[in-house]
Amino acid sequence: MVATTEVIHQRPESFTDVHTHYCPGCTHGTAHRLVAEVIDEMGLREQTIGVAPVGCSVFAYRYFKMDFVEAAHGRAPAMATGIKRVLPKSTVFTYQGDGDLASIGMAEIMHAAGRGENITVIFINNAIYGMTGGQMAPTTLAGMKTTSSPFGRDVEMAGYPLRMAEILSTLDGAGYVVRRSLHDAANIRKAKKAIRLAFETQQRELGFSMVELLSSCPTNWKLSPQDALDFVAEQMTPVFPLGDYKVNPALESLKV
Amino acid sequence: MEETSIIISGFGGQGTLFAGQVLAYASMDNGLEVTWIPSYGPEMRGGTAHCTVIVSAEPIGSPLVRRPDVVVALNLPSVDKYEPLIKAGGVMVANSTLVNREITREGINSLLIPANTIAEELGMVRLSNMIMMGAMLALKPILPLEAVKKALGEHIPERHKKTLPLNYEAMDRGYQFAVDHQ
Amino acid sequence: MAKELLKGNHAFAEAAIRAGVEAFYGYPITPSTEFLEYMARRLPSLGRAFVQAESEVAAINMVYGAACTGKRVMTASSSPGISLMMEGISYIAGTEVPAVVVNVMRGGPGLGNIAPSQGDYYQMIKGGGHGDYFPIVLAPASVQEAVDYIGLAFDLADKYRAIVHVIVDGNMGQMMEPAELPPMREISETAPDWAVRGAKGREPNILTSIYIDPVDEEVTNLRLLKRWKEIEKNEVIYKEYELDDAEILVIGFGTSGRVASSAVREARENGIKAGLLRPITLAPFPTQRLLELTDQVKRILVVEMNSGMMLDDVMKIVKGKVPVEFYGRMGGVTPLPDEVFDEIRRVSQNTGPGAEDPRDEWIPRLEKIIAGDK
Ligand SMILES: Cc1ncc(C[n+]2csc(CCOP(=O)(O)OP(=O)(O)O)c2C)c(N)n1
Ligand code: SF4
Repeated sequence: MVATTEVIHQRPESFTDVHTHYCPGCTHGTAHRLVAEVIDEMGLREQTIGVAPVGCSVFAYRYFKMDFVEAAHGRAPAMATGIKRVLPKSTVFTYQGDGDLASIGMAEIMHAAGRGENITVIFINNAIYGMTGGQMAPTTLAGMKTTSSPFGRDVEMAGYPLRMAEILSTLDGAGYVVRRSLHDAANIRKAKKAIRLAFETQQRELGFSMVELLSSCPTNWKLSPQDALDFVAEQMTPVFPLGDYKVNPALESLKV
Repeated sequence: MEETSIIISGFGGQGTLFAGQVLAYASMDNGLEVTWIPSYGPEMRGGTAHCTVIVSAEPIGSPLVRRPDVVVALNLPSVDKYEPLIKAGGVMVANSTLVNREITREGINSLLIPANTIAEELGMVRLSNMIMMGAMLALKPILPLEAVKKALGEHIPERHKKTLPLNYEAMDRGYQFAVDHQ
Repeated sequence: MAKELLKGNHAFAEAAIRAGVEAFYGYPITPSTEFLEYMARRLPSLGRAFVQAESEVAAINMVYGAACTGKRVMTASSSPGISLMMEGISYIAGTEVPAVVVNVMRGGPGLGNIAPSQGDYYQMIKGGGHGDYFPIVLAPASVQEAVDYIGLAFDLADKYRAIVHVIVDGNMGQMMEPAELPPMREISETAPDWAVRGAKGREPNILTSIYIDPVDEEVTNLRLLKRWKEIEKNEVIYKEYELDDAEILVIGFGTSGRVASSAVREARENGIKAGLLRPITLAPFPTQRLLELTDQVKRILVVEMNSGMMLDDVMKIVKGKVPVEFYGRMGGVTPLPDEVFDEIRRVSQNTGPGAEDPRDEWIPRLEKIIAGDK
């Protein structure tokens, strides 16, 4: 049970009634809830197939009350392609972390976007490998300490963080590519609107859609939940600017 | 009929693979078993292309042979390679326009035919494969000439259809040359 | 329907279409590329899915996705591409969803070459991907068999929710032979009850290969093993030639089996009582039939286009009751009927006890042949 006293935050129908396995203060739970709410609001639950990644959200399918499959590490966009092409009327989304999407699955995400696959990607950028215990991710900030960059990410040796929203937005197959953050209530509202637009993109067959969500990993960052959210706001947003990187003009007039 | 293996070999572009296919179609249409297998990959080195066709009344085992019954050699490397390998009592038809030597192997039935020269007389060098095929059928009547012509008519690519009469003539010329020079 | 002269790769692809394949995901590689090209031409006009993926890794994961919808899906590749696919193959096996993978094998290891080979026997038959699973493996030896067994491959995949490999070598992909294609099958619109197509009016379906609790994984492993035992009981297929009174048993699969059949015929013409067992299911292997033959024959000759991989399976079954000998060509070399005939004749005259590892006796013979060939 997720304890909540606010009536307006009733459990979405697309959400199951189990306690999540995420660490206290982890924003994975927030992201799940936003996706479930959007799917409810759009009435898509019964036609949606989710693709879970390898990463902390490997068990995402436990929390969504809808058909779900579990992909190999990084391959969620390929698996989603395979599904969407045989079930073009269904709604297919992947939910991926930064190691999954931007490292081992770089080829799959680039080509799914390049092909303009009508799928929606929820990209959780927490600048670290959560599940395996806090190693450096392709999105780890310069100077940031992780278990595999114990002296801080040395860009001379380990290169620079990858900005996936910017990269993918250059592709003609992309219909909607934006970056949002989950560090406070106002940003969460904006994130939800973006997720809505991403699914609208898919429903309107406007091509590939992705919402990159700046997220926190208090456990592996070794910060309190609040300090972790502050870290997102203060340290991550300068490197990963929030904004709309690609919006198909057909979406601009949409009121959500 | 006895199982008969035929290798058709030459430079890429001489139509050896297609000639083999025509033979395969004709065999199938006449109720025979047949396999056609092309050289591919490393064997194609140096721009040579060959195919092995096996025709039989019985189901065919191996689609490949070391010692063929019949060799149609459109160029010199093909003669050099297969002359020693042909089965005793076998047949070799070689294109004398491109093979400037005699066939010396004993105990086989061989014929040199100036296929390119005849093809030029007909106005199209690409006909040499069909001239050679006509000659081969005179020496080794696996199938009647008419049966092979029919298969050619049915399987020639659309864009070459207008050259069909010339192709028929090429087969006739090859066949007649073989009859006259045996 | 009348026979048509069909090229192997095209025939397999068309047979798959007629068996109801709804999606093909692949990546070009010689000598299987024509399979992909054929699908690229045919599938869109039928309203079915075709994607040239960015890699074999992506291709097999697309297959994995479509397999989860319960629709018939396949890919085709050749050896190095199959290596990359092993990840997805393991996931498909672990999730217990049906899929068909065709491997048109070429010479290896490494980049090797594009010539016909059977060197992927271990990889295809023994698993290849990680974890405890059992692929069904079919090895047709003619274009007609390939057409017939592609259809069967889909049926078996569906029946057992299993991965089915169809393995041929480059010869089979390239050759043309008359074959009769089956009629186009109706595509069933009803989804299997486990498939993900949207949880409309039912509880959600979850398809995953993750079992965090080792005991849950063990239960899964056991389920797969018991299913495999069923497959072993029900699905063995093989062909035999001249075995009734055979004293020399030749065993070969695919092209090498076919080449051996010519050699067996020649042996018979020369008064040697040879016969051929040609497994079509390499997994499950025709163990029972081989055991019976072990009581009948005096010697066994295994012929392969690899270093003696099926040989190991034969040795395990024969358990030294009859001397086993081996003849293989490797690296993309196809043995020719006269070579195999020479071997049968040699074996028929050999009364020795047979080596513990038949390769030990074969290696010097092969070295001589290579020296003569070159
Ligand atoms: C082929 C393969 N390599 C490595 C792993 C181990 N692994 C599991 S999760 C993970 C990283 C996940 O990080 P990320 O995608 O950022 O997600 P997060 O856990 O941070 O949510 C790795 C490397 C694996 N499961 N499979
Ligand atoms: S390790 Fe980090 S990303 Fe994973 S659940 Fe915990 S806080 Fe969230």
